[in-house]
Amino acid sequence: MKRPDLSVEIAGIKLRNPVMTASGTFGYGEEFAAYVNLEKIGAIITKGLSLKPKAGNPTPRIQETTGGMLNAIGLQNVGIDAFIEKKVPFLRTVNTPAIVNFFGNTVEEYAELAERLDKIPEVAGMEINISCPNVKHGGIVFGTEPKAAYSVVKAVREATIKPVIVKLSPNVTDIVEMAWACADAEADALSLINTLTGMAIDLKSRRPILANVTGGLSGPAVKPVALRMVWQVAKAVKIPVIGIGGIMSGTDALEFMLAGATAVQVGTANFLDPAASERIAAEMEQYLVNNGITDVKELIGALQV
Amino acid sequence: MQFKATIISNQEVSPGYFRMRITAHPELTGAQPGQFVMVRVRDAIDPLLRRPFGIFDVGTVPSEYPGCSSATYLEMLYKVVGKGTETLSTYHHGDHVDIIAPLGTGFDLGDPEEEKILVGGGVGIAPLYYLAKTLVGRSRVRFFLGGRTRDDILCVTEFERLGVETYVSTDDGTLGDRGLVTDVMERHVREDGRKKTIYACGPMPMLKAVAGIARQTGTSCQVSLEAYMACGMGACLGCVVKGRDHGDETPDYRCVCKDGPVFAFDQLMWV
Ligand SMILES: Cc1cc2nc3c(=O)[nH]c(=O)nc-3n(C[C@H](O)[C@H](O)[C@H](O)COP(=O)(O)OP(=O)(O)OC[C@H]3O[C@@H](n4cnc5c(N)ncnc54)[C@H](O)[C@@H]3O)c2cc1C
Ligand SMILES: Cc1cc2nc3c(=O)[nH]c(=O)nc-3n(C[C@H](O)[C@H](O)[C@H](O)COP(=O)(O)O)c2cc1C
Ligand code: FES
Repeated sequence: MKRPDLSVEIAGIKLRNPVMTASGTFGYGEEFAAYVNLEKIGAIITKGLSLKPKAGNPTPRIQETTGGMLNAIGLQNVGIDAFIEKKVPFLRTVNTPAIVNFFGNTVEEYAELAERLDKIPEVAGMEINISCPNVKHGGIVFGTEPKAAYSVVKAVREATIKPVIVKLSPNVTDIVEMAWACADAEADALSLINTLTGMAIDLKSRRPILANVTGGLSGPAVKPVALRMVWQVAKAVKIPVIGIGGIMSGTDALEFMLAGATAVQVGTANFLDPAASERIAAEMEQYLVNNGITDVKELIGALQV
Repeated sequence: MQFKATIISNQEVSPGYFRMRITAHPELTGAQPGQFVMVRVRDAIDPLLRRPFGIFDVGTVPSEYPGCSSATYLEMLYKVVGKGTETLSTYHHGDHVDIIAPLGTGFDLGDPEEEKILVGGGVGIAPLYYLAKTLVGRSRVRFFLGGRTRDDILCVTEFERLGVETYVSTDDGTLGDRGLVTDVMERHVREDGRKKTIYACGPMPMLKAVAGIARQTGTSCQVSLEAYMACGMGACLGCVVKGRDHGDETPDYRCVCKDGPVFAFDQLMWV
């Protein structure tokens, strides 16, 4: 039998398979190069970037929880100048699309970042993070108020001709309303979910474990919530949806595609298995072979309810 | 590098402390003292994250099978504190764990002419054994080892067998001198005025005391730190500590997993 076709397309970015690495869990790609063949995955999404370098939150910043982990990194990153100087040269050497995740404190900052990233040939697309729960200023209002989301996406849209993906927060009452606002502002695709706000407590000291008190929950524990949100959003919008949340195996990834995702992102799984993204793509292919499916696109939204 | 290791032995060396020997890739013989490994305890989601452990020892032994080439092993010394180490302690000869190693930046072996002072508290001696093994024959090595009580004093004979002068102290006096290991070490550093390098690993209060002594006496000093880790390879930024120049306006966070776990004490902010 001919090898099945795993390729998908997100807003004009051609992916050899639907597996991307989730922002913040794969550094700038380079960190994992010794453990995973970067040319066997669909795309690399880099750590959330801001205009100025950002220090992030005090420690402790992470804590394992049942079936998941909490993080309150606080978007520590090198800033766009160092990104261009120190991280882009590596991305240039890899024959896999690089999508840059970024965030700002104001609409203007988002637009400025988009404008600067627009000029970098190595950047295949942008993923705007309007959903980080770990920064006090900005971020979260854009991710929880449809009007604010609309204005930020619109500003980015006007600043770049590159594909614009908007990453949504699950910490909202109505995820569909948020998705509509972004689609109206001409986002090319939506990715969801970012982490769910959670906390962990140390009974002995009677104090929160994370210095930031709360953190973002990720990992297998969040998968059912993510699947539900992807399903709701994929039904409601015409643009492609990227599924994220607790994906550990090819089976998990394919479930997201049935729920309506065109592609997926692998996050926390990279920590336990640095080759997770490559393995998940291989497991998806194996499933297609075993089931005589010639094209992975047949599965997108094929859920029978 | 990532590999599946087979457990060769897993012995309780003192109540709550285990020494585990596993098979390793031959390249591991090139590991630097102070580097660490990330262990996936089970192929499941509980415990979810890998657990970091210092490299206690690396070496080669003749193969069990005649005619076969020698085999590389790696050892860890660990204390049972929670889910992951509890699970590890139940493993026997023939069981498997998934390993990523060697990770991080190890100790700088320094000038061979200078005396080397190793200071370890409790299970913090783990990376110091491989360091001592690498240093002896090159430099003079003295080892100061402390713990709360006699059960926390591990592997003294192993160090002595290397030919290292070993000094033991416990908080309750059940073994060696009574009191803090840092006091004994400080006395030695001050009395013997020759140039030295201190290498320390153990609980934070001990490391702070060591850093203080190093600063006061102008002694060069490297410390091995611990931090909660998710990735072990500089990607998640979960494990950072404040560097020397850290300030609100000038963030200077260093990754324990990648920039460390070993740092020159004057590279860090200690308050
Ligand atoms: C670079 C490095 C080297 C290390 N080397 C050794 C070693 O050689 N031998 C050894 O016994 N331990 C070592 N540790 C500590 C070891 O990683 C933890 O004890 C272990 O991860 C705990 O796992 P657990 O599942 O048993 O505990 P958990 O159930 O995760 O937690 C139980 C308790 O242990 C504490 N703990 C959890 N993780 C850490 C951590 N990373 N550092 C300190 N305390 C922690 C928590 O505060 C918690 O209260 C090292 C840590 C680092 C970062
Ligand atoms: C340590 C860590 C850092 C993260 N940093 C970012 C970030 O910078 N930008 C972003 O959009 N999402 C970030 N995320 C969220 C992930 O990209 C992903 O949406 C989330 O972890 C859910 O996927 P998972 O369950 O597969 O991990 C981070 C997640 C983790 C665990
Ligand atoms: S443990 Fe992930 S950056 Fe250090």
